[in-house]
Amino acid sequence: MHQASPPAQTFTQRFANPTRFMALSAKLLPWIAAAAVLLIAIGLVMGLQAPVDYQQGHTAKIMYVHVPAAWLSMAGYSLIAISSFGLLVFRHPLADVSAKAAAPIGAAFTLLCLVTGSLWGKPMWGAFWVWDPRLTSVLILFFLYMGLIALRSAIEDEALASKLTAILALVGIVILPVIKFSVEWNSLHQPASVMRLGAPKIHPSLLWPLLVMALGLTMAFIAMHMKGMQNEILRRRVKALRAAEVQQAAGYAAPQAAV
Amino acid sequence: MDLGPHAAYIWACFAIAGLIVAGLALWLVIEGRRQQRLIAELEARGVRRRSDPAP
Repeated sequence: MHQASPPAQTFTQRFANPTRFMALSAKLLPWIAAAAVLLIAIGLVMGLQAPVDYQQGHTAKIMYVHVPAAWLSMAGYSLIAISSFGLLVFRHPLADVSAKAAAPIGAAFTLLCLVTGSLWGKPMWGAFWVWDPRLTSVLILFFLYMGLIALRSAIEDEALASKLTAILALVGIVILPVIKFSVEWNSLHQPASVMRLGAPKIHPSLLWPLLVMALGLTMAFIAMHMKGMQNEILRRRVKALRAAEVQQAAGYAAPQAAV
Repeated sequence: MDLGPHAAYIWACFAIAGLIVAGLALWLVIEGRRQQRLIAELEARGVRRRSDPAP
């Protein structure tokens, strides 16, 4: 008789177990964090020593923080949207953990993008803020992050909060193409200089520090997201253990916690 | 290091970036330790997860 073998697991299914994720991330996290610190330090030194821009002078060095922060603000939102899709469609056990952990980190990078943009705008445009399509759409992205965090914390039922937050995240994804193409709508902001069809418009001596800083800050984002996911799994364990303790105190046969 | 007439904006940018990223990392580490401590306290009181081996 032919014995049926269990169906092969996909990559995401293999890492769907929170305990397995905790073990794997505990091994990877120190290396990713160390790589982030090292790359950011190298990127900073390279950035400060980079040649002076012929138009903007030293002020162009602000791009070494501003541009990676802008990329990560959008990448963070994309991660939340993908995780939300994973929750709503595949009910992946770690999808909601990922979406929840990414929100404050993405919001922080969006805030960093806005603040450093203002610090760049004042000497170059003469104003900290203008209601320009690019600036306004990134401000809306920041409000969306705040909305996701506020909506989740406003609903006591965590399963319902997860689903509603995921729906809002998927609806809000419309902001990403708006941000991307907003520079073409009568904007003060310069158009894409690195991620564009054809070669980047920046000289390699200015581009390399930017790429190193971007890689370093991306590693920092990944490390912090991993840590945030670990924290959320632990928080859920605390919640489950507390529920088990209450059951135990109420006289149930055995303490049981699901997570 | 001379960063020209707008040096204050450039240094402010790097300082704020350091504060935001380091602050976020610190918050995550503190929160992780707090959750670990809460789990240790609960387990010390004898509460167990279903997946844990019986004591």
